[in-house]
Amino acid sequence: MMILRAEKVSKRYFNKVALSDLDISLEQGKVVGLLGPNGSGKTTFLKLINGFIRPSSGKITVCDIDIGYRTKDLVSFLPDSEYLYDWMTIREAADTYAKFFKDYNKVRFNELLDFMQLTADIKVKSLSKGMKEKLALALTLSRDARLIVLDEPLNGVDPVAREQILGAIVRSFSQDSTILITSHLINEVESILDEAYFLKEGRIVLHDTTDNLRSERNKSLDELYREVFAC
Amino acid sequence: MIKFNENTPIYLQIVEKIKADIVAGKLKGGDKLPSVREIAESFKVNPNTVQRVFMELEREGVAYPQRGIGTFITEGEEVVEKLKSTQAGKFTKRYVDEMRELGMGSDEIVQCIKRILEEDKNDDIKS
Repeated sequence: MMILRAEKVSKRYFNKVALSDLDISLEQGKVVGLLGPNGSGKTTFLKLINGFIRPSSGKITVCDIDIGYRTKDLVSFLPDSEYLYDWMTIREAADTYAKFFKDYNKVRFNELLDFMQLTADIKVKSLSKGMKEKLALALTLSRDARLIVLDEPLNGVDPVAREQILGAIVRSFSQDSTILITSHLINEVESILDEAYFLKEGRIVLHDTTDNLRSERNKSLDELYREVFAC
Repeated sequence: MIKFNENTPIYLQIVEKIKADIVAGKLKGGDKLPSVREIAESFKVNPNTVQRVFMELEREGVAYPQRGIGTFITEGEEVVEKLKSTQAGKFTKRYVDEMRELGMGSDEIVQCIKRILEEDKNDDIKS
């Protein structure tokens, strides 16, 4: 089953082309990376999936449903900016989150919180950047969504916390869903990816399974990345 | 967590690690392997990758699945012996290849091994 299908998707901001003719299909039960340098269109594509903006042309569906209010239930999104009210405690923030999403799974959230070594009665204000990132990730992963979209989940996080975050992603990954991750820390995410799309100036320049990329080209994704984006 | 090397598929590297554990006797015939999820979490890799590890181990006859219970290491001395000789062969080949690249001849290669082994032995006596 296809969780996400994007056909010939283009997005222009006036005369600036952000994405052109993107074809992406994500199968169920995969972890897929969307990799590219700053400004290559990663976040634009994620905004399209979430329905925050509309494509200039082309079509995107999640589980064969056109992007719209009905797909909000299917997609769980981790934005790369902070969105939690800092006067709330973690518990209050989670309760607020739960009101918005009916697939919120409280048991899983508490488990993830534990795993991240956070306690529910701390105020969001007193959390460090990395801790906020972990909290936001725990919220995103606590939904039983079909498509989980993580925008730069490792940004600004120390190496130990990175391992925790990767562990949390692996731990909560279910075969019923698909995870789409954007990152420019290729080395870090490489080991959890099934497939990778390389995005350059709004176009897909390379797409394959990570095993194929490694064995056919004899290079790690990181090396390939440097090669593709060097010039 | 092991450091994955750059250019071989990750599932093959985990397969190698498990084989090495069998040869070293850390895993024995009849032992149950950890579940897909446990391995995925400890190596920080995708569960699909671990699934491929199991498929590869089964294909090579190193492990066998028991429906509903888990995956087990194949019992019997032959398995270990076979693994030992193929792994030893592989590592020696790698060494020889690298030495040849440096322009060493067969005699020099053998000399080198002997010297290192000798040094190791002396170190052991001292310590």
